[in-house]
Amino acid sequence: MYDLLVILIPVFPLLAVLINGLAGHRYSHHVAYRLACGSVGLSFLCSVAVFATTLRTGITREVVAYTWIFGGDLVVNLAFLIDPLTCVMLLVVTGVGLLIHLYSIGYMHGEEGFTRFFTYMNLFMVSMLLLVMGNNYLVLFIGWEGVGLCSYLLIGYYYDRVSAAKAATKAFVMNRIGDAGFLLAIFLVFVNFGTLDYTEVFARAGELSTATATAIALCLLIGAVGKSAQVPLYTWLPDAMEGPTPVSALIHAATMVTAGVYMIVRNHAIFDMAPVAMTTVAWVGGITALFAATIGLVQNDIKRVLAYSTVSQLGYMFLACGIGAYTAAIFHLMTHAFFKALLFLAAGSVIHALSGEQDIRKMGGLKARIPMTHALFLVGTLAIAGIFPLAGFWSKDEIMAHAFTHGHYALYAMAVLGALLTSFYMFRLTYLTFYGQSRVEPHVAGHIHESPGIMIKPLLVLAVLSVIGGFPGVPPEEGWFHHFLDPVTVGVLSGAAHQGATHPIVLLMVVATVIALAGWGLAHFLYSARPEAASQWAARAPAAYRTLFNKYYIDEAYDAAFVEPAKRVGRIWDWFDRTVIDGLVRGVGGMTQGGSALSTWMEKYIIYGSINVLGYANHLTARSWRRLQTGMVHHYAAIIVAGLFILLHLILLW
Amino acid sequence: MLQELTFGFPILTLLVFLPLGGALVLWLLEDGDLIKRLALAIVVLEMGLAVVVLRSFVPDSAAMQFTEHHQWIPPLGISYHLAVDGISVLFVGLTAFLTILIVLYSWDTVRGQVKEYYMALLALETTIVGIFVSIDLILFFVFWELMLIPSYFLIKLWGTGGEREHAALKYVLYTLLGSVFMLLGILLLDLNYHEWAVRYGIEPSYTFDFLHLLNAPIPPDRQLLIFWLMFLGFAFKAPLFPFHTWLPDVLGEGPFGMAVVLAGIKLGTYGFIRFSLPLLPDASTNSVVVLVLMTLALLAIVYGSVVALIQPDLRRLLAFSSIGHLGFCVLGLFALNFQGLQGSLLTMINLGFTTAGLFFVAGFLYSRCQSTHLSALGGLARQVPLLATFFLIIGLASIGLPGTNGFVGEFLILLGAFKAHWFYGAVGVLGVIFGAAYLLWYYERAMFGPLAQGLNRAIVDLNARERLICLSLCVMIFWIGLYPAPFLRIMNGSVQAVVERLERGSTPTAVAARPLARAEVVEE
Repeated sequence: MYDLLVILIPVFPLLAVLINGLAGHRYSHHVAYRLACGSVGLSFLCSVAVFATTLRTGITREVVAYTWIFGGDLVVNLAFLIDPLTCVMLLVVTGVGLLIHLYSIGYMHGEEGFTRFFTYMNLFMVSMLLLVMGNNYLVLFIGWEGVGLCSYLLIGYYYDRVSAAKAATKAFVMNRIGDAGFLLAIFLVFVNFGTLDYTEVFARAGELSTATATAIALCLLIGAVGKSAQVPLYTWLPDAMEGPTPVSALIHAATMVTAGVYMIVRNHAIFDMAPVAMTTVAWVGGITALFAATIGLVQNDIKRVLAYSTVSQLGYMFLACGIGAYTAAIFHLMTHAFFKALLFLAAGSVIHALSGEQDIRKMGGLKARIPMTHALFLVGTLAIAGIFPLAGFWSKDEIMAHAFTHGHYALYAMAVLGALLTSFYMFRLTYLTFYGQSRVEPHVAGHIHESPGIMIKPLLVLAVLSVIGGFPGVPPEEGWFHHFLDPVTVGVLSGAAHQGATHPIVLLMVVATVIALAGWGLAHFLYSARPEAASQWAARAPAAYRTLFNKYYIDEAYDAAFVEPAKRVGRIWDWFDRTVIDGLVRGVGGMTQGGSALSTWMEKYIIYGSINVLGYANHLTARSWRRLQTGMVHHYAAIIVAGLFILLHLILLW
Repeated sequence: MLQELTFGFPILTLLVFLPLGGALVLWLLEDGDLIKRLALAIVVLEMGLAVVVLRSFVPDSAAMQFTEHHQWIPPLGISYHLAVDGISVLFVGLTAFLTILIVLYSWDTVRGQVKEYYMALLALETTIVGIFVSIDLILFFVFWELMLIPSYFLIKLWGTGGEREHAALKYVLYTLLGSVFMLLGILLLDLNYHEWAVRYGIEPSYTFDFLHLLNAPIPPDRQLLIFWLMFLGFAFKAPLFPFHTWLPDVLGEGPFGMAVVLAGIKLGTYGFIRFSLPLLPDASTNSVVVLVLMTLALLAIVYGSVVALIQPDLRRLLAFSSIGHLGFCVLGLFALNFQGLQGSLLTMINLGFTTAGLFFVAGFLYSRCQSTHLSALGGLARQVPLLATFFLIIGLASIGLPGTNGFVGEFLILLGAFKAHWFYGAVGVLGVIFGAAYLLWYYERAMFGPLAQGLNRAIVDLNARERLICLSLCVMIFWIGLYPAPFLRIMNGSVQAVVERLERGSTPTAVAARPLARAEVVEE
């Protein structure tokens, strides 16, 4: 019964995919969305039941569906692992997923391809669930590439737009770079352990030499960097905003992009063995957190600001993993899912109200027109900025505190600076969108309207979660959340965490709050109190502003460094293929033609007779066959005969 | 080494000659519709026979099954010996399956010389099935060569490009050149056996029977010579880099049906796993051989994928993608371990659904836009959503997305290669990245964006026959992708036998070999 419950979690959305995908054009949108949302709802209920069981019994369970790939010494089952980490991920994925599905009913209303949208979304749920539920690397990898595919499909949802099509391809290819690294990690694991099952691999992780563990961990990191949009593979995520807003919320904020964090935490037994890899993870996270935040400072597209913010927040999670604060990473993953989904969906509500406008330079003063959306967006902003006692405060503070108490001062400094920037750009976004003078274009201004209930209600739930979502993790490092996850996440490095003194933690909380308020204050000054100051500041450092505005020209650099050279090499090799290789072969062909003079002789005297008979028969029966008779075939036949001739001679004379 | 199982009925002979017999019947007919229907009936019947074989096949066994054995030219030791094992049986099914789809595809796309077209197609099926069920090497060689004749006519007469005559010629010349070397190799195998048989007084002393040839130890030097001779035959046919330049021409100029056969049925790499590896285990494991073959494989993967990246014509793109995929197959074969061989074999089958499937898609595009070149395509997704969907599904299978058949094969190959040496696996995964790039980039430009100029908004989506083709391909793609167990079980026994053969080598001590060889021959 329990096993069935577990298996049903991904099966419900899968059924919805099949039904909507194959027969969706036969019935109305109402049936399609009920199926789609209903299936996710059922998954959510199953997940709650599974979570409750795990909470009650504390037992880790493995459920085997069937044997997938086998042969020689390899056996891979399609099987699931249910432990506290999976339970948390299940609740986040199905819970937030359900809310976003419901929201989409309103947001996507009247869009062309409504059923297609829900089919893709459900397919995404299936993949994401496989990813977090798999009990071995290969099931995870089905989900891993599956979410990449759905991301591709949904970014390219408006496929008529060239920019959307390009963004989709870019996302998939960049993800694949990471996936290639992940595949190498899988091979390394198999070569070293002879199995791909987590349980056995992690139990025996201690056998690994530091070098091997480092190699595996770094390959896993490549995969995680691609999927979770970290430096240097982050450039696809901002472009991914071409997809519909619910997609940005679900895939590009709350779930898929956090897969890398989940995967690292899942593999912490291996990472714990590889200090170099851990340091790399921490620095990748720290650099990304800061780097993406700086770009977010000056962007003008409401969704792109949020996208850079997502990249930056994922950086915090990586940083946490890198310093061994695995529980804190998952904690931040969860709270981030709440408030970032809230922010994206609220942004979607703004875009909806403004008939598709996403440029914050053409917003302003919306507070009065869409007060509900404003309130919800503000809650999200407060939460992400780390204002006490909202969810983001607890989770982000825990990461920073862990860095400080464990002596990672440089990383701590980066995280604090990142927090300042986060607070600043989020309040900048809020001020420019909802406060001040309206800069809305006249033809849009008349149509501004609050979103319907089906969009607002899921947001209310997310807003509540953004407020209270941090409490399971209170007090820091000792909360219920930590005790629940401890069996999975306690590793070599995190073991030292519990002796941290209490006083610095309170002090660090004060620092974090001051930092968050400072960012808010600065944003208030620049975008509310003295609106003209912002452009003056920008004008004072035009080079720096342009660099940030153009995202450090990273896209252009990648194009010049990788894409264009690959095409150039392709063209050169294509030329090489046509002229050199083919030319050589034509040369050999010429020799063959010389040889065919000989065969012509044989043809004439030895097989012409027989062919002639056949030819005559053809002549009588089917005139068209005459076209088939070319010298070539004669040569060919002659050579066969010659070959057999030589063969016979050799055999007989040997 | 191998035991043989017989079947109460000469089903393999029927499988081989049914299409040819059908072709002869078609010769007598004049009515185009009747010809098409009869051709369809024949290929469906053929598939039915293949299904009987597949269902009666004993899985997890290395045995040669459905054996039929008759003397043909006894003085030379040439026999009519047919059988299938886990290596070949799936190819028989694949050939029958693809031929049905080709008949369906050709239904209203082949307009001129309908009778001759279907006759050639059926004759082609006979020769290909013959290649897969032949255990006698001369019989194998005969089918191998005969295949060229219908192929030549198909390319030359029903090709779509202006250069089709040149392409047909090139194809025949190439394969022929390789075959000459292969024939020499076969001959040397026979002579080696003769030498050995005479020494131990085994009669008959001449044989071309694969199972008998396995018994005679071959000195390593001679193995190497034979290996390279056979290599040329298989490499030209496959084709392997750098012997591949006929492929883009033939696939680009020839008819889509022929392209499906050449891209989907991997005769060259089949030759390696069928004959080269078991007959010449010491040469196949020779470090120089492995190094050369693996280098060629990796070059093919990178070269094929990078050149595919810039091809604006889908057919040429697929040709280079095939070269890359063949590189994967060789990479798996010469990893010389279980996963590598298993993955390679499965990938050869998979390509019959994926690359071949993409050629059907190219054919559908050609029917609608009279081109597969990007200059004439663009923004088609809105006009032909079904075609776009199937294009994507089959395309993703071809680049190995998990859940599709392509992944299972590619994963096993790369795992095997990685086990052989991490470097092989590490370079091999580059193919995973490039694959996504060339396929999706083409897809983006052909399917997404605004509708290309010059294209009519009235382009119609897939018709029932085309939908049937795509659906049956998708069924296979997901079946193998999600539940490959039946396929793996069929091949595992024979793959294991090849692995053991590679480990043992072909030269047992002469004393031990003698009674063993005698016993088996007597039993025969």
